[in-house]
Amino acid sequence: MLKIENLSVAYGGIEALKGISLEVEEGKIVTLVGANGAGKSTMLRSIVGLVKPKAGSITYQGKNLFAVKRHDLVKNGIALVPEGRRVFPDMTVLENLKIGAFTRKDHQEIKADLEWIYTLFPRLKEREWQAAGTLSGGEQQMLAVGRALMSRPKLLMMDEPSLGLAPLIIKDIFNIIRKIHSQGMTILLIEQNANAALHLADVGYVIETGRITLKGTGKELLDNEDVKKAYLGESVVAKK
Amino acid sequence: MKQKKTLLTLIAILILFVFVFIADQTLDSYKMRILNLCAIYVILGLSMNLINGFTGLFSLGHAGFMAVGAYTTAILTMPDIVKTQNFFMTPMMKPLDTLHVPFFLALLAGGILAGVVGYLIGAPALRLRGDYLAIATLGFAEIIRVVFTNTQSITNGALGLKGIPVSTNIWWTFGLALVTVLIIGSLINSSYGRAFKAIREDEIAAESMGINLFKHKVIAFTIGAFFAGIGGGLLGSLLGTIDPLMFRFFLTFNVLLIIILGGMGSITGTIISAIIITIGGEALRFLDESMTIGSLVIPGISGMRMVVFSALLMIVVIFFNHGIMGTKEFTWDGLFAKFAKKPLAKGGNKQ
Repeated sequence: MLKIENLSVAYGGIEALKGISLEVEEGKIVTLVGANGAGKSTMLRSIVGLVKPKAGSITYQGKNLFAVKRHDLVKNGIALVPEGRRVFPDMTVLENLKIGAFTRKDHQEIKADLEWIYTLFPRLKEREWQAAGTLSGGEQQMLAVGRALMSRPKLLMMDEPSLGLAPLIIKDIFNIIRKIHSQGMTILLIEQNANAALHLADVGYVIETGRITLKGTGKELLDNEDVKKAYLGESVVAKK
Repeated sequence: MKQKKTLLTLIAILILFVFVFIADQTLDSYKMRILNLCAIYVILGLSMNLINGFTGLFSLGHAGFMAVGAYTTAILTMPDIVKTQNFFMTPMMKPLDTLHVPFFLALLAGGILAGVVGYLIGAPALRLRGDYLAIATLGFAEIIRVVFTNTQSITNGALGLKGIPVSTNIWWTFGLALVTVLIIGSLINSSYGRAFKAIREDEIAAESMGINLFKHKVIAFTIGAFFAGIGGGLLGSLLGTIDPLMFRFFLTFNVLLIIILGGMGSITGTIISAIIITIGGEALRFLDESMTIGSLVIPGISGMRMVVFSALLMIVVIFFNHGIMGTKEFTWDGLFAKFAKKPLAKGGNKQ
């Protein structure tokens, strides 16, 4: 569905990505894990067109993604849950969700999708008329996911959905990601929380200083000695 | 419920017209002028609030758009004989000297031309953000003023235009203010309005929702400029005389004061504060004159009342930094809730 080949990105003279290849197949959860500064966000930023790559290509359903304008990504079925949530703080929860469906004109369907979001996140239904800025971090993350889903994407990209959330809430969020995926959504998940992400993923990539160092199914990577050492910490795995 | 609210709105509009009718019959011309100014400042405040408050674009070019509207309306309504009297230095340019159209069309032309100028300025300037946009729009407004000072055969330059037929009356100003409220109100509640607010809150998130940032910014800017042009046209034909010096930054500042005091992003707040500022400006006129308190004689300093406004602005910015209404609106729902002393059915804040 989404295919990245030999992508290189440089900020000034410093290469953030050094020829990365990655593929997201339809109906799968693909996760990209890596430490701070490994280039995870840079990769996502080049998919949405916020940075211009030096070399390489990104194709989405056979289409060159560099030729698509940033605001047209949603029309092409790509939705982003941005890092740090970025909900619209002074707008109500409902308005935030409606903005998610901005490019759609089918009002009946939008209403049905709103109900669907509310069944996924009953908490949002309770807070419908509250300003999004007054929600807790976890609720804001739910809202950000719900808002992205309102565009009925084919591919949902999530940038660090667990950032700054309590472990219990992270568990909720990941359960919801699993639920959305079981309803047929393709998901590209970018995470620092390797343990949680790899448990969820069909395919995992490990990125280190701009290069993909490992690729495999989520389970393979969880069992990999190097991954254990670098990202999971022996103790976490020992408990299993 | 919905029908009830529509009915209440219609009744409120009817009451407004009864008020206008009574005012038209009973008040003297000084008070009428203040009421006219109130309505004009409502139009100007709303047009600027659309740009600065709802879309979050810090623009200071309002006086320029008003100048375009005022000059267009004036030139299109002045009779030939007045035009020849005005243009004694350089005769007026050919088709303009005999061109005139009815007042409403002239006003509309003024608005459209201001909108076109707004679009031409907005298209390049809206790539800037924040303070830089403010500086750029301020510069463009000054450019418009300087151009008007130097196009002697079209605008009569620094001499200005005198003897503009006074077609503005209270029906025009209140009618158009009402139309402006209705148009901008329904725009804000449409999906365009949601997009404007989303841009104000977070540009990157808005873009990733599929909102074309540039298109929506230009739409807001152009519509704002259009209504500024209408307001300028009404003002010119109320005063009967205009010159380029009228459209300095001070005029923009006046409108900015209104929207900051009323609340950036509130229609009802803008209406309330436009009326307060306009009436207050007249009521405080005694401060400009010399005063005698007991044996103490204070000589009059013209501009003293503006000090009051400056102090007011500072107090608002420091202590009530959301203005009178913030981003809230007066709504029938809010009013019902207040009377019923119950929380709103929808939940959430009382408005």
